[in-house]
Amino acid sequence: MTTATTAGAKAHAREQERAAAAELPRVLHPASAYAGDLPPGVSAGDLVWAETVPPGGYTSLVVAAGTRLRVRDTTGNGCAHLLVFHADQPTERLNVADTVKVQWQAFLTAGHLLLSDQGRALATIVEDTADNSAAAPRHDALFGTSTLARNVERYGSGDVFGPSPAGRELFALAAAKHGLTRRDLPPSVTFFEGVSVSDAGRPAFVGSSGPASITLAAELPLIVLLASTAHPLDPRPEFTAGPLDVVAWPGAPTAPGDPAWGATPEGRRAYENSTAHRRTSGADR
Amino acid sequence: MTVAPATADPLAIVPPEVAADAVVIHDETVAARNPWTRVIAAGDTLTMVDVGGNQAVDFLVYDAHDTELRYSAPDTLQGQDTIYLTTGSVLRDAEHGPLMTVVADTCGRHDTLGGACSKESNTLRYGHHTRAQHACVENFLLGGSRHGLGKRDLVSNINWFMNVPVDPDGALGIVDGISAPGLAVSVRAERDVLVLISNCPQINNPCNGFDPTPVRVIVTRA
Repeated sequence: MTTATTAGAKAHAREQERAAAAELPRVLHPASAYAGDLPPGVSAGDLVWAETVPPGGYTSLVVAAGTRLRVRDTTGNGCAHLLVFHADQPTERLNVADTVKVQWQAFLTAGHLLLSDQGRALATIVEDTADNSAAAPRHDALFGTSTLARNVERYGSGDVFGPSPAGRELFALAAAKHGLTRRDLPPSVTFFEGVSVSDAGRPAFVGSSGPASITLAAELPLIVLLASTAHPLDPRPEFTAGPLDVVAWPGAPTAPGDPAWGATPEGRRAYENSTAHRRTSGADR
Repeated sequence: MTVAPATADPLAIVPPEVAADAVVIHDETVAARNPWTRVIAAGDTLTMVDVGGNQAVDFLVYDAHDTELRYSAPDTLQGQDTIYLTTGSVLRDAEHGPLMTVVADTCGRHDTLGGACSKESNTLRYGHHTRAQHACVENFLLGGSRHGLGKRDLVSNINWFMNVPVDPDGALGIVDGISAPGLAVSVRAERDVLVLISNCPQINNPCNGFDPTPVRVIVTRA
């Protein structure tokens, strides 16, 4: 097939979708074509998004309040680096310090909220299938993501187009798709690779419990940035990352009467603040 | 607002390893509940003195010439083997570069996890009735606004003299302090840096012993 002419180049380009291997990472259209395990109670027709993020890759999504977003590590090597922003006013964003301080807990799992700097719940972790225990947390809110400089030091490269992309570089690209810059990137949370902390304050990499998923409920309209790359404290000398399977479906934000609403007084007040904000801002319309 | 320096000789107050061969180029007492900002030149050392004991000093630091390079708690923790700060800790920016180094510390350990109090988060922690109270984020925004910084530039900060243990099950919280009147921590600038301080006004937890007090800030040049 010639690409020496515009007609030949067009034909060559149009052939590629048909020729691509079915298992290559991609966004599925329609999302109902998703062939993986469906979340309980969710049918393929409910899905509004289905994507596989390759190891070393990233994605970003804008989701309406109430949307459920499941991120699945299908191999046990995945590590999901996550940032969330209020979609309508992205200066309001994930605040990990408030998230762990307000909830009196550094190890996040199902039932915990991701809090913004404005005293609101951005999202709730509504499901976590990782094998968490007090001694072996499987998610991390303290050690952030990797940087170009440190990945160069550890792996010889941190470029997004190289073999061991740095999380901050991936986040910088994902953020740019929404008009955001490195100034807009606060400390992130990571899922599927845990770090414990000893009584003396010493961290120890715990790592993964194998394939697992977490599901978030969006409590506000969100910009979600997701990077798939090695945890910054992963001690393995070779860069280790895995694909992340992402599906989304519609739902409702946490409301009075839901078990999560009154589970803790701090969480209840965060839901109260988010609910009032959705009403005043029109995000509930 | 700041008040006049205390009368005591600043070189008698800073830790001896900082005082040796140093000259004092700035000495100021930051009143309780106030913000404070200053550019610290590369090589100079900022000493913060807990005048009244157990007074949290909320602290952010930026490259003075490129404020996008700002303190990063995760990068700082990635570069050491403890979640606390003390002598030898390197305060790193979000691209992992060194901003400042802790060169002396008579308190022993300082918090990297708890972040700043805000009017908004106070409503979650203590109830909606606390929204009217002054908070560290207000001080950071006020101080930062003098240097062209805004909300986007605020990230998880250091809390000097604040005690936030993490239990083995991940439970963490601000508990009674381990500082005392006159204890001090000194940080040396590795490049020209802009420092934002909030002398924490929190009255709902033990971070200030339920009684915010002044802190003394002394800049020395070796």
